[in-house]
Amino acid sequence: MGVAVEPWQTAEIPGPKKALAITNPQIVVSLIKRSKNPIMVVGHKAAEVQLENGLLIDYIIRISERAGIPIVSTPSIQSEFIKRGFSRVIGMPLVDIANRLADPEWAGIEGKGAHDLAIFIGFTYYVGWLILSGLKHFSPQIKTISIDMHYQPHASWSLPNMSLNDWGKNLEVLIGGLEVK
Amino acid sequence: MGEEKNLRIKIGELKSDIGLLRNLEISIGKLIGEEWAEEAGPTVFPSITDLREWDLKILQRYKPFYMPFCDVCCLCTFGKCDLTADKRGACGLNMAGQQSRIVLLACCIGAATHISHARHLVNHLIEKFGRDHSINVGGLNVEVEAPVTRLVCGVKPKTLGDLEDVLNYVERELTRLLSATHTGQEESNIDFESKVLHAGMIDHVGMEVADIAQVSVLGFPKADPEAPLAEIGFGVADITKPVILVIGHNVPSAAEIINYLMENGLYGGVEVTGLCCTAHEITRYNPRAKIVGPISWQLRFIRSGIPDVIVVDEQCIRADTLVEAQKIKAPVIATSDVNCLGLPDRTKDDVDKIVHDLVSGASPGALILDPAKVGEVAVKTTLLAAPKRMKFKAIPDTSGIIEDAKRCRKCNECRRACPNDLPIPEALAEASNGNLESLANLYEECIGCARCESACPVGLQIHSFIVKAAEKKVKEEKYKIRVGRGAIQDVEIREVGGPIVLGEIPGVVAFVGCANYPKGGKEVAEMAMEFARRRYIVVSSGCAAMSIAMYKDEEGKSPYEIFSGRFDAGGLVNVGSCVANSHIAGAAIKIASIFAKRRLRGNYEEIADYILNRVGAAGVAWGAMSQKAAAIASGFWRLGVPVIVGPHGLKYRRMLLGRKDKPEDWYVYDARTGDKVYVGPAPEHLFYGAETKEEAMVMIAKLCMRPNDTTKGRAMKLTHYIDLSKRLFGVIPDDVHLFVRTLADVPITMRDEIIKILEGKGWKENIIPDPTLLPRLVRKRGG
Ligand code: SF4
Ligand code: SF4
Ligand code: SF4
Repeated sequence: MGVAVEPWQTAEIPGPKKALAITNPQIVVSLIKRSKNPIMVVGHKAAEVQLENGLLIDYIIRISERAGIPIVSTPSIQSEFIKRGFSRVIGMPLVDIANRLADPEWAGIEGKGAHDLAIFIGFTYYVGWLILSGLKHFSPQIKTISIDMHYQPHASWSLPNMSLNDWGKNLEVLIGGLEVK
Repeated sequence: MGEEKNLRIKIGELKSDIGLLRNLEISIGKLIGEEWAEEAGPTVFPSITDLREWDLKILQRYKPFYMPFCDVCCLCTFGKCDLTADKRGACGLNMAGQQSRIVLLACCIGAATHISHARHLVNHLIEKFGRDHSINVGGLNVEVEAPVTRLVCGVKPKTLGDLEDVLNYVERELTRLLSATHTGQEESNIDFESKVLHAGMIDHVGMEVADIAQVSVLGFPKADPEAPLAEIGFGVADITKPVILVIGHNVPSAAEIINYLMENGLYGGVEVTGLCCTAHEITRYNPRAKIVGPISWQLRFIRSGIPDVIVVDEQCIRADTLVEAQKIKAPVIATSDVNCLGLPDRTKDDVDKIVHDLVSGASPGALILDPAKVGEVAVKTTLLAAPKRMKFKAIPDTSGIIEDAKRCRKCNECRRACPNDLPIPEALAEASNGNLESLANLYEECIGCARCESACPVGLQIHSFIVKAAEKKVKEEKYKIRVGRGAIQDVEIREVGGPIVLGEIPGVVAFVGCANYPKGGKEVAEMAMEFARRRYIVVSSGCAAMSIAMYKDEEGKSPYEIFSGRFDAGGLVNVGSCVANSHIAGAAIKIASIFAKRRLRGNYEEIADYILNRVGAAGVAWGAMSQKAAAIASGFWRLGVPVIVGPHGLKYRRMLLGRKDKPEDWYVYDARTGDKVYVGPAPEHLFYGAETKEEAMVMIAKLCMRPNDTTKGRAMKLTHYIDLSKRLFGVIPDDVHLFVRTLADVPITMRDEIIKILEGKGWKENIIPDPTLLPRLVRKRGG
């Protein structure tokens, strides 16, 4: 594995508590199944990264549709979702969504109460790193999963570092494991 | 000196009783400007707690959101302490306390840097020009010469000597603030945050002192909207001549170099070039001097071999300057006690002896603490070193790169070290096949930090490869910048004050700070031009001002050639270096005092309340990285001006965020009636980090809205906000209804569309109050 479960940016060393590495995407599937009110948080790279079966955003939409999870995206790519006929998305700046997720009293993105699980994808590495740090330290009520291409130590669970190709494959396995809703 | 001490003690003793002791003004007035008739406000020379109530008010609305950059604390030998989640350290401190303490430390470092810079400069100028040399920042055009100092300290400095008293105060406050960071002092993160705001405020005073001192004495442009254009860019130096490179922020030594060249008729034969803010200052001193670029150009310019002598003063100078200079056989002259580079102190040595040692290579450099001597040594050394060096460079040629690239092990260490995650191994793989294009493409986004080189196990000079690969582009970097004009004139404030406060000029946007950009400096230029075209007032300073210049339109013109330098709608106003940021705060303060005639003297809270509620201004520090930038931002927050940073700015580890979904946070008093009125989230945030340029642009437009906007002004601001959101996000913002107070706020061109949204959101009409957060400003009590 070597560097697979080390921070992708060498100096971004967190501290004693580090994300559990997701060695099998099925772990994500069962975490989603167990969650009462999950949410997906999507960064701007979703509309930039090209994978084997489309743009990253296409994978994200499939995850959301299969698992029945609402999406909050960085506002600059909200229209990319809409263009694809996907409407269960709200555009909100990343720092705003993080600030709300840290608030146990927040009513949640669809007014169903606080979220217990947030899945992060599509972020510039260090931006995701910092936001996940904020949540790790200040919102014990929420678990976080990073399914980005690089290991995010501040998440509760994170995919390890992997190649673009392997990432795409893992996302496919994840999608395959989710029941159609 | 005794006199300053007396003054300081006197003020310190009396301050707490200020409301009672009417003769306090006399005791201050005697020493610092006897004919200032304005009555002093409640907070003259405020201590840490004097403005705490104001701080708590704004921190209640804009709550800190922390993103710890490290889970442990290692500040004392009780530690390391693991502070993860809700754990406390051995001293009892928790994570929120620790994060806010680190922010305070950063701001203290930043403020200390500006304040000690100011102290050094004032001492130097007093020594040269006398304590009685008058303060003059804009002749008759600028009567309020020191708005920040007047506001904070309640004094009106007339001479260089008066500035010493102001510095005594800020130095004292700084020491108090720093002491609060000791183990076992403050425990409340909110009190740490209040101290952060205090640090920012005194930082602005320190910056103002530094800039008004140098503007008054050194012949810099004095609040001149038509300040001359200077050349900027990697390619502007005439490399057939000997070249002196100055780096840093504190101008005396660089000014003495120019003096020596002029006095000896040598200026035509030598190029004086600068990096970072000293570059701003030399062009303010003499617009024939040339700016190479912001901080990220240091390494590439030194390695190019162009400079024959490198003179460093203080701040933001790479800590490997001497090592890099030795690679190109250029001697280094250090000139500041805060940055000695391990060099021998040659201040008292004979000039010719020093020059001989530098030119012969007997010493790699010298520390010289006498600016006049630096001038002479630098020029003489350059003239003798240039023919010997023959522009010896440390950048390999193309064939060397292709060969070296073959040694790459594809280990990814470089990429994992690169702040911008640039795909270096991939570019090197292509380079090893003879194609340098991908390497060249990295140039725009490379911030020149060389972390990739440090990380590379086989020692590849990656940054140099990139610069060489992009050679054509690099050599074509030739642009124009309007040199730093200094203050904004009182008459300009009178003209735009009304339109800004009423909202008819949609906002004042200041692009400031460092060059740690996520995707190159071009984004700053693009943002600045967009807002200037939209007829906002665009202001710039520091590295950001340089990045704006380094851009050309189809006709080959730089932004400073396209837009006027007036502080007016559609203007692009370079105020100058870092310390000139004080003029941006000063302009906001002067709108309150000159246009709205609010009392200025020692009346901080009221003026900040005015700015927060009425002056649609926002700062953008897209590449902020330094502690100074942190301090500058905090000074703006306390004054009620929101600041947006780029993604790297999230590493300041704390945002100050409003919650527009909590209506209770957005009530103000109507000063006419005393009623509490909902005004919507304007401005929504005080410190905000954006992921992308597009996100920042929409947020800039949004953060310029203020409760006091007239309906016409609000309609115009909403037009820009909605238009930018539609263009960049492809949607109408989902919070438009929060910014519509009455139907007259709705932009006419978007009426039907927006009314439909309002109906859908159950929107209700509201009144537009005379807004304030301060109950004491209510003129009469309502029901
Ligand atoms: S300052 Fe406090 S938290 Fe930090 S190392 Fe010392 S005891 Fe631990
Ligand atoms: S010098 Fe450029 S390529 Fe190298 S690590 Fe720094 S930003 Fe990345
Ligand atoms: S660190 Fe050096 S050897 Fe490793 S991939 Fe980068 S350039 Fe190649």
